[in-house]
Amino acid sequence: MTKALSNLRICDFTGQLAGAGATRHLAAFGAEVIRIEDPVNEGRWDILRGNAPFVDERRGIDLGGAFNNHNVEKKAITLNLRTEKGKQILTELIGKSDVVSENFSAGVMDRLGFGYEGLTQIKEDIIYVSNSGFGASGPYKPFKTWGPIVQAVSGLTFSSGLPDQQSAGWGYSFMDHTGGYYMCIAILAALIHRRQTGSGQWVDLACTEAAASLTGPAILDWSANGRPLRRDGQPNSNHSDWPRMAPHGIYATNMPDTWIALACRDDEDWTKLRALINEPALYDQHFDDLSGRMKKQTELDSHVSQWIRHYDQQDLYQLMLDHGIPCAPVRTPQQRVDQDANTENWGLWPTVKHTQMGNVRVDGLPVHLSETDWYLENGAGCLGEHNEEIYGEILGYSSRQIKSFKNEGVI
Amino acid sequence: MTTQISSGPLSGLKVIEFTDEIAPWAGKLLAEMGADVIRIEPIEGNKTRWYEPFLGDTPNPEQSLFFWHYNLRKRSVAVDIQSEEGKRLFKKLVAQADILVEDQLPGKMAALGLAYASLSEENKSLIHAAVTPFGQSGPRADEPATDLTLLAGSGPAWSCGYDDHELPPIRGGGGQGYHTASHWAVISILTAVIARDQIGQGQFIDVNASAASNVSTEGASYTWLVAQETVQRQTGRHAGVRPSSPTQVQAADGRWINSGVPARQGKDFKNTYEWLEDEGLLEQFPEAPLLQIGGQREGFLNLGAISSGEDEEGAAIFAAGRAAMVLLIKSLPAYEYFTKAQERGFQCGIIYSPEEVIQDPHFIDRGFPLEIEHPELGRSFTYPGVPYKFLGSPCEIKMRPPFLGEHTRQVMIDLQYSSTEIQAMIDSGSVLST
Repeated sequence: MTKALSNLRICDFTGQLAGAGATRHLAAFGAEVIRIEDPVNEGRWDILRGNAPFVDERRGIDLGGAFNNHNVEKKAITLNLRTEKGKQILTELIGKSDVVSENFSAGVMDRLGFGYEGLTQIKEDIIYVSNSGFGASGPYKPFKTWGPIVQAVSGLTFSSGLPDQQSAGWGYSFMDHTGGYYMCIAILAALIHRRQTGSGQWVDLACTEAAASLTGPAILDWSANGRPLRRDGQPNSNHSDWPRMAPHGIYATNMPDTWIALACRDDEDWTKLRALINEPALYDQHFDDLSGRMKKQTELDSHVSQWIRHYDQQDLYQLMLDHGIPCAPVRTPQQRVDQDANTENWGLWPTVKHTQMGNVRVDGLPVHLSETDWYLENGAGCLGEHNEEIYGEILGYSSRQIKSFKNEGVI
Repeated sequence: MTTQISSGPLSGLKVIEFTDEIAPWAGKLLAEMGADVIRIEPIEGNKTRWYEPFLGDTPNPEQSLFFWHYNLRKRSVAVDIQSEEGKRLFKKLVAQADILVEDQLPGKMAALGLAYASLSEENKSLIHAAVTPFGQSGPRADEPATDLTLLAGSGPAWSCGYDDHELPPIRGGGGQGYHTASHWAVISILTAVIARDQIGQGQFIDVNASAASNVSTEGASYTWLVAQETVQRQTGRHAGVRPSSPTQVQAADGRWINSGVPARQGKDFKNTYEWLEDEGLLEQFPEAPLLQIGGQREGFLNLGAISSGEDEEGAAIFAAGRAAMVLLIKSLPAYEYFTKAQERGFQCGIIYSPEEVIQDPHFIDRGFPLEIEHPELGRSFTYPGVPYKFLGSPCEIKMRPPFLGEHTRQVMIDLQYSSTEIQAMIDSGSVLST
């Protein structure tokens, strides 16, 4: 199958998930993503390199499981930008690249001498995409973030939880994934624009703004109605106020810490569920229509909870499916990775071959393209694994020169 | 066909959006980058026009704030897709479009006679992205789903919630399951736009919302894939195989702080000591001498040596660093703590509600809040802006969300329908024009 992005070369300084997650998808569609790492600290700027989880008892800079997951199909080279020779080599590589991508704190590329102005002097139509927590301008430009901080400052953490409790937030860096998606979109959109106009550009992505754009109706409710989300009784993010649905929640089943989610979209779903529960109190006319159910949601939830508490998770799931009511077990990682025919059928957890780790399963892509689908076969590069290939085949250096770069601490 | 004067990197791309509720966000992202997005709605309007919240809390299909947010800068064409003339109009629109994005349930487009196979006959370049809960085929393709059941069944909810496991797992609010599916729709659509130049044709894209959330769970998935270990949810911080220390602390004004990564190196402890001193808090903090000792250490504390008991002094220093942060947070209002801590180099965050974000001076300085004029209402409203600054092709959004069928007539004129034909279709009810 043709690779969609095989004509593209990305000079990639990204790391962690928020950055590496972006260029991963480009690599899966065939772009040549060249990941540049610092040989002096063995690429440890990316804290995932060499960190847990591990496939076996071995430990080392090339054996980090998360790093492998986020850097599949990329080329790994080392380059010491403290040296003049290193800067010269980077200049040559940028001259042969379409995109420079990074997610350092704002201003780092400028200090390296490779800010946008400098890049355009090397290659006029270069596309430069920076992804930082607060963006490249504004009073918080120097502030540092990682996923949970982005989520906190953007309103996402606050929007996730129960009333009368502190925020539950997101139990992972949702915004590292999502910031990576926005970065990927920014790169692709800038490439399309370059095709139309011949011009490159700098795209300044602020992860906190990407996150804040995901709470739009709450912002408009404040702007239009003067109603803040920070108010008594809010938020209950397992309920659904926009649109209104009830019952709507996550309920305990008959085993410890085993839960099921259930949503009655409309009166039809509710009529079916009420007949199954068959509790006389629920036939009170207050529960007949949605407005009544929304008003008495606490009481409604308590009846539904009492009923579900006696059910086995899988039995209830099947019962709801039989009646066409939206429902899902709160699946454990094992349940959705190893016991879900749907993810298996999709090919969602492909096995890649990593030079040192061997065969490892990774996240696949949730899309299939009929003509230019993605593929993931190779794991992340080991530190400097592709130095010969990139410095030799792309920049034309001889093996001897590459060896001397190594001896001089350039690569 | 004429397009309105537009800006943004996707200026010139024509998109037909035929969505229900999963993928309007995909159309919005394309529209804000400059694509001309025409949303096809049923005669009675898309159902999200009836989603809360409403302006003034009065239900009105033109005043759903939910609809507004997802439809900024789109145009609206209202069509009875069951009618023959309606189908013909739909096909004509798609025939001259670059992209069709839809989220009809599997089989629905084929039942309407609008499957990719027939649409692409008229337009080989068409990129047709179909977003569904579980993909076009597969064992669960027909399962009903909502944002809640997608997030519960596909991974996110397992990792979100509280230390107290008597409380349920939590679905993060705001429709994020649908958003994640839409993000993937946009990534794959733009990839196909680039591929089109190379392969000389468009293609069909199957976007699976459940799969999208499944591969967006960070450690939950790869910890299982790599090491067959299971993470457990914790309050406001990463779910982990092993429990970690709390990160959320309530500040003096009752709002909360995510305290971020704790002090770990010499300069952090020195810095913390000085901050306590500046705030006049040293007397309340008997462990302060430990911070001074920590301040003399070089490099990072070895957390491994601390947890194994090899570095008892390090453990005491580390604990003092945490305790000092908690004292500082409890002593200061949240915003003051957040900005002071960041200015001193400590990564941390204030836990804002959405309306607090849009009023924050940093985001105002960057021009993130977007004032959109609604002339018919005689006022403007504040929307969240575009998260990326395309410095060479800025996204300029001035158009308010469309009224139902507002652009039907103009779009039909652009397709060379005569005014008699348009009137006949309006009269027969196969289109609505307002």
